[in-house]
Amino acid sequence: MPNAEAARPNPDPRAATMALLARATRDELSTPLRDHWPNLAYATIRAAEIGLVMLRGRMGGDGAPFNLGEATMTRAVVELATGERGYGQFLGRDPARAEQAAILEALAQREADREAVEAFVLAPIRQRLAEDAQRKRAETAATRVDFFTLVRAEG
Amino acid sequence: MYVAVKGGERAIANAHRLVEHERRGDRNVPELGTEQIEQQLSLAVDRVMSEGSLYDRGLAALAIKQARGDLIEAIFLIRAYRTTLPRFGFSVPLDTADMAIRRRISSTYKDLPGGQVLGPTFDYTHRLLDFALAAEGNPAPPVTAPVDTAERFPRVTDLIAQDDLIERNPPENPGQPVGDLTREPLAFPAERDLRLQNLARGDEGFLLALGYSTQRGYGRNHPFVGEIRMGEVEVEFDIPELGLMASLGEVTLTECQMVNQFKGSLTEPAKFTRGYGLSFGHCERRAMSMSLVDRALRADELGEERTSPAQDEEFVLSHSDNIQATGFVEHLKLPHYVDFQAELALLRQMRRELETRASTHPEAAE
Repeated sequence: MPNAEAARPNPDPRAATMALLARATRDELSTPLRDHWPNLAYATIRAAEIGLVMLRGRMGGDGAPFNLGEATMTRAVVELATGERGYGQFLGRDPARAEQAAILEALAQREADREAVEAFVLAPIRQRLAEDAQRKRAETAATRVDFFTLVRAEG
Repeated sequence: MYVAVKGGERAIANAHRLVEHERRGDRNVPELGTEQIEQQLSLAVDRVMSEGSLYDRGLAALAIKQARGDLIEAIFLIRAYRTTLPRFGFSVPLDTADMAIRRRISSTYKDLPGGQVLGPTFDYTHRLLDFALAAEGNPAPPVTAPVDTAERFPRVTDLIAQDDLIERNPPENPGQPVGDLTREPLAFPAERDLRLQNLARGDEGFLLALGYSTQRGYGRNHPFVGEIRMGEVEVEFDIPELGLMASLGEVTLTECQMVNQFKGSLTEPAKFTRGYGLSFGHCERRAMSMSLVDRALRADELGEERTSPAQDEEFVLSHSDNIQATGFVEHLKLPHYVDFQAELALLRQMRRELETRASTHPEAAE
């Protein structure tokens, strides 16, 4: 399941952090930032901007690639006063959230803040995603169907 | 030919104000919110995203509201909006085998690994109007069932491929550029990458009619639905300065693997052939139609005689885009006064010539 990290564990911890931040709601980022890192000093390296990513598919699912169509995305890069550079990027249009995701991605690299980012930000997102995925799977499982082939009358 | 006109500014401004008023409808009825459209008209949103060729549910819902539910007008608004945004790059090709399945059916195998799940479908409903919906009220919550977390849903076509009974998909050729018709105008003959991009954003009604025509004998495919799957697929984006793939989130996709009759030769054992459909959102009819047309357009490659419209790539690809089509059809309502005056003059001259001939050579007119 793409939204449950467990199914495809990402070997790069930074990529795993980004994957969770990309799926966060605005509150899931802004509330912990306000409560635990008020007055944080950072510089904007790349101001949050909205653009497009061309999504590619593959012929037959696993063949040569083709351009399926575009999606909106937002990205931002910030740098903390202590030098860590954070990247925020996700599907959709939300500059404020992209900057918050970048700040938290930078904080997750800072030794002193890593545990707090995990506890106050990443763990709640991970839990919500797991619950959502579980609920959807359970609803889908209830529609599992067994068709029976009837014997055709010969004649 | 259309010749530019000027004037009419006030009438145009007032007409636009009037259409806004009509869009709102009776102001005693609560206004429709874009979130309501996004949540409750989600299949209209999916269609506008697919044919607008832009995955963004909120924008599609806004476009539907602004267009008063005219989906082609909404698609037009989305196509126009996307030209205002820079493109940051390309995703890693989406891996539909790793989809978080919400629906998966096969008409070729009854029992398959992972099983068949119907998911949210209109199939097997009786198509009876539900008058209870005319009143407000929440439907019953969905039933749930235990989940086997280890369960996987391999592609049905991969199962057929295990016995080498179906053709392989064309492999990726590293370094080969992927055609992009938003950057280069379409030229013929078009490769399959461009054909699939064109079909993926093509008009659903047009694709449906062409797909239907192949079933009725105009370019016979002999199709079976190997598999239809719908669910969420992860989008990954390369960040070269970090040397990592960042996950951007998920998109909902519908994929159709159409399995078609054989291709073989005196030396090659016969194999099933493939048609492929992929769509944003939950758009099953369009994914199925796309896979039928994709297969029909492979006629040359598979050594089939091209006899039918669905096999004619220039015809199909040149007429599939409903924004191009509506632009050209609807431009006919713009003032063509000069052009028409010229035709009127020509017609009058032709008639005058006939009258002159008749009066000077009466026997010729008999």
